[in-house]
Amino acid sequence: MPMPSLRSTPMPDATPLLVVEDLKVHFPVMSGAVLQRQVASVKAVDGVSFTLNRGETLGLVGESGCGKSTTGLAILRMLDITGGRIVFDGEDITGHGRTQMQPIRKRMQMVYQDPFGSLNPRMKVVDLIAEPMIVHNLLPSAKARADRARELLALVGLRPDMADRYIHEFSGGQRQRIGVARALSMEPELLICDEPVSALDVSIQAQIVNLFQDLQQQLGLTYIFVAHDLAVVRHISDRIAVMYLGRIVEIADRETLYKRPQHPYTQALLAAVPIPDPEIEAMRPQIAVTGEVPSALRPPPGCRFHTRCPRVVDRCKTDEPALRSLGGGQMVSCHLV
Amino acid sequence: MAVDDVSFDVEAGETLAIVGESGSGKSVTALSLMRLIPNPPGEIAAGSVMFEGRDLLKLSDAEMQAVRGDRIAMIFQEPMTSLNPSLTVGLQVGEPVRLHRGATWKAALEKAGEMLARVRIPDAKARAEAYPHQFSGGMRQRAMIAMALACQPKLIIADEPTTALDVTVQSQILSLLKELTRETGAALILITHDLGVVARYADRVSVMYAGRVVETGTAQDIYKRPQHPYTMGLMACVPRLDQVLGRRLVPIDGQPPDLTRMPPGCAFAPRCRFVTDRCNAERPTLEEVGNGHMKACFVDAHAESAVHADA
Repeated sequence: MPMPSLRSTPMPDATPLLVVEDLKVHFPVMSGAVLQRQVASVKAVDGVSFTLNRGETLGLVGESGCGKSTTGLAILRMLDITGGRIVFDGEDITGHGRTQMQPIRKRMQMVYQDPFGSLNPRMKVVDLIAEPMIVHNLLPSAKARADRARELLALVGLRPDMADRYIHEFSGGQRQRIGVARALSMEPELLICDEPVSALDVSIQAQIVNLFQDLQQQLGLTYIFVAHDLAVVRHISDRIAVMYLGRIVEIADRETLYKRPQHPYTQALLAAVPIPDPEIEAMRPQIAVTGEVPSALRPPPGCRFHTRCPRVVDRCKTDEPALRSLGGGQMVSCHLV
Repeated sequence: MAVDDVSFDVEAGETLAIVGESGSGKSVTALSLMRLIPNPPGEIAAGSVMFEGRDLLKLSDAEMQAVRGDRIAMIFQEPMTSLNPSLTVGLQVGEPVRLHRGATWKAALEKAGEMLARVRIPDAKARAEAYPHQFSGGMRQRAMIAMALACQPKLIIADEPTTALDVTVQSQILSLLKELTRETGAALILITHDLGVVARYADRVSVMYAGRVVETGTAQDIYKRPQHPYTMGLMACVPRLDQVLGRRLVPIDGQPPDLTRMPPGCAFAPRCRFVTDRCNAERPTLEEVGNGHMKACFVDAHAESAVHADA
């Protein structure tokens, strides 16, 4: 039995692993041929707050441009943060520079949507998995690193003898397994998965979803699972945050969110997802949401969803609703709830 | 061989979904119907495509050109790559009317405005003057639908028409497409990988695997009583919004075969739970299991899984 981890299972700890407070990530829009000046900003993430407990999976869902991926990147400090606070394991990392981030980064890793785009095609798999260990001085000898890489391959369901192959020799699902093995080589506590199964066929998607669940059980991992597929997110997450134009409009445990969604956007989003059963589909009420997501460059005033909301009233067009607790961990930002 | 021995039919006013994973040959099938497979390297080696009493594969290029965009229209996945960025949307939506109906540009543009209004683009007359980049993803796909429907085709082939779109926009676009085909009595072939979309919009379904149809039937039958182990596997491996929480997904082990090195027997045999010696040696053909429901499989998978459950 290969050891699943170099570190023993973390002690149960009541402090949340991650606290995000009023996070803002704005991208400047520059104009001018020579002397560039900022003319506007894209508010990709504009006041996002949530808490993540150890061993938990938080799903971040929303349509394109809602800021779910940007939120993930900002937590890893791979983007400049405009405002707000990120506290990891009790340590405020908002202002951390490169060297200060180095030990933290080991503990939170990213799994990307397209492993082919994120893994170097000229490196053998064993080196791809061992590379982060060199960067972070994890294991001193090359032999030990290679052995560990083989162990990790077995852990993600690949044969250790595949270690000497190149990435193009693998299928999409296998590549994603390699992406996961590489992320796990740092023995992270938090894994931020950005659309990790979106590029895969459904029969392979199920294999990878199961892998994530098994690894969480074995290693006590905490996940942020960013995806647009609501059925997948419901399946894997404990709690789910629904984002719209840079903000969380509703957050709740998965059962509550799917059984009693309160925000009109959450309701519309759930109604839009077809269920693979013609009989159920024939009976489901259709909630009509018109139009598309407005530009994040000029988000609508008041509630950002008011331009598409079927229940809009005058107040929604001027007052921005705050995220309020409804009890039981459910929070919603809507004037009508 | 990307597509091998594929047969199906679709009636006026009906929606047939062709479902399959990447590499199953669903798009190649659609392109073949339109004779849009580049030759070389591609070749339609055998078969017939009967449409309104004529075999499309026997038509001359000029005759086929007259069918394409007029009697049969196609909607592609990525509207941005199928629309010409340097022409206004109105010009492109009106073009088939000019080409196939001999309308003047003035009349064609008028028709374009009308069509854009029908696909519910607000302020359609003015928006017809806009260029594709000024449209959002959903609006571009609406424009593509307007273009496809401009000549009132009898058959519309939509190849993953909403895969690139967000889910709320997807339901808008598919409902619109369904409504318009119902109005005009056109047949719709909907190519998709999304079993939910199929359940909501299709009347009949053909499931493709490794270039062949493995099962076909009404949507009701396929979902209620899937017969082919691959179809059964697909149904079990997708998470559903209405599913009991905490259940584990049942993946289909392994991967689809390499189309250049196909196994001699059933292409699904290496991944199949019910595989027998015969499956590895002989290739099953589509056979009726009742009520127009057909499967290409030697095994009675339902009887077999009952045995497994007992054991």
